[in-house]
Amino acid sequence: MVEKLKNLISRLYIFLIILFLYAPIAVLIILSFNDSRSRVRWGGFTFRWYVTLLHSSQIRAALGTTFLLAFLSAFISLLIGTAAALGIYSMKKRNHKLMMMITNIPMLNADIVTGIALMLWIIQFMPLGFGSVLIAHITFNIPYVILAVMPKVKTMNISIYNAGRDLGAGPLRAFFELMLPQLSGGMISGFFMAFTMSMDDFVITYFTKGAGVNTLSTMIYGEIKKGIKPEIYALSTIIFVFVLVILMIVNNMPAREKANRKVA
Amino acid sequence: MDKILGKRSALAGPYVIWAVGFTVIPLLVIIKYALFDRSGAFTLSNILAIFDPVHLRALVFSLEIALGCTAICIILAYPLVLAISRLRFARSGFMLVILILPMWMNFILKLLAWQMILSSNGVLNMIISALGITGFDISNTPLSIMIGVIYEYFPYMVLPVFDAVVAIDADVIEAARDLGAKKSTVFWKIIFPLSLPGLMSGITMVFVPSMTSFVTADILGGGKLQLVGNIIEQEFIQSMNWNLGSGLSVALMIFILISMTFTVNRNEREEEEAW
Repeated sequence: MVEKLKNLISRLYIFLIILFLYAPIAVLIILSFNDSRSRVRWGGFTFRWYVTLLHSSQIRAALGTTFLLAFLSAFISLLIGTAAALGIYSMKKRNHKLMMMITNIPMLNADIVTGIALMLWIIQFMPLGFGSVLIAHITFNIPYVILAVMPKVKTMNISIYNAGRDLGAGPLRAFFELMLPQLSGGMISGFFMAFTMSMDDFVITYFTKGAGVNTLSTMIYGEIKKGIKPEIYALSTIIFVFVLVILMIVNNMPAREKANRKVA
Repeated sequence: MDKILGKRSALAGPYVIWAVGFTVIPLLVIIKYALFDRSGAFTLSNILAIFDPVHLRALVFSLEIALGCTAICIILAYPLVLAISRLRFARSGFMLVILILPMWMNFILKLLAWQMILSSNGVLNMIISALGITGFDISNTPLSIMIGVIYEYFPYMVLPVFDAVVAIDADVIEAARDLGAKKSTVFWKIIFPLSLPGLMSGITMVFVPSMTSFVTADILGGGKLQLVGNIIEQEFIQSMNWNLGSGLSVALMIFILISMTFTVNRNEREEEEAW
């Protein structure tokens, strides 16, 4: 009886948290079907914004920039960060500590300070634009990759690699076939974390972008005073459903992989 | 073997170059801006400007918001983590998805939605006045900024704490129960101490951004309540006084550094005590 009551309370608590997390999202989804340009008036149900979304070149450009930026910065961070995790791990203790401290700087520093510092430095040798935003995103993404890959490097079995080398595998082949697979879990989560951080960033992009370049975040920020285009609500509803489906598929992966994940 | 390891540290080469070029040097540049005035003369006034009453008030307000939000996130996170870990494995995976999913919606849009929910003719007020309570309006107050901040950073508290709690060996807890420990004892003597590393990364990920999230204060504070982030942003974007803006940024950095070293040191001590 007491156990049942406790279960009920814990479920009720989970429900309240979900309500809190999804209330604003519900508002945004409702707004995407609102046949009125005003945020505060309900003008009836419509699919209009989903249609006009297709024709909005401004939104398409911002969406393209956002995804390109997220993909490129996550990919480059994955290369530099994975190599760095392997390298830092085999450094002597003092250098190891120093590098991990430097790695923590972008994560501990306030976004606004990171963004301003990068802006002040980058304008000394190149104009602000897509390039400067990409540099900034790679800078704050590499630490996420390193922190995701490092635990895998620590638990990696180096004997497998050495055995492969002894049995005649070239260094490259041994690296790609015997070492990388052991790191792949950390690399995948590092990549997705970096991708998400890049998609979600506003502050650092805001200070390093210069005129003319817009991600979804900076475009939306610029529109707050003029009023948000309803097409944006439609777009975020689509993104929401898309990510929901992907996460559900990932979550329903075969049980074997899940068991692996639990062990790791 | 030593030779292989020695060579492998060269793999960090590209990152070392990147970190020096885009993490270390920019910090030196911002410090340089902070230490000079517009005419190029050395000065400490940009950094000391943090003690100007207006700036100091923003700093104290930011600190209050950040401390309050971090504390509430911790208080909300532990019951949730324990409730999720009670669920069967498949269910708990699903719950994590539920938790992560909102992070994919643009945060400015979510803040605008909160603005609507909390506004004086918004949903929340409609519900509350239907319950017969009048004169309840939290729009454009510190409380509404806190709701926005907690909303944005709550998952960053839950996820590391959850990871730490799930990693606790179930046998340890069972042994404690067998030896007669009460549930509250199990929590305070085992679960909580062992979750401290997760809690510390949670605190870092919530505390620092809550102090400076100027967009949240802009949208939910009605433009009147200023966090230290708002002040810095205005110096750069509106006043175009980069030296003063840099000075305030450096002061903020020093402030965060001090409070973080304090937290981390205490954590290391407590971890030792736990064993």
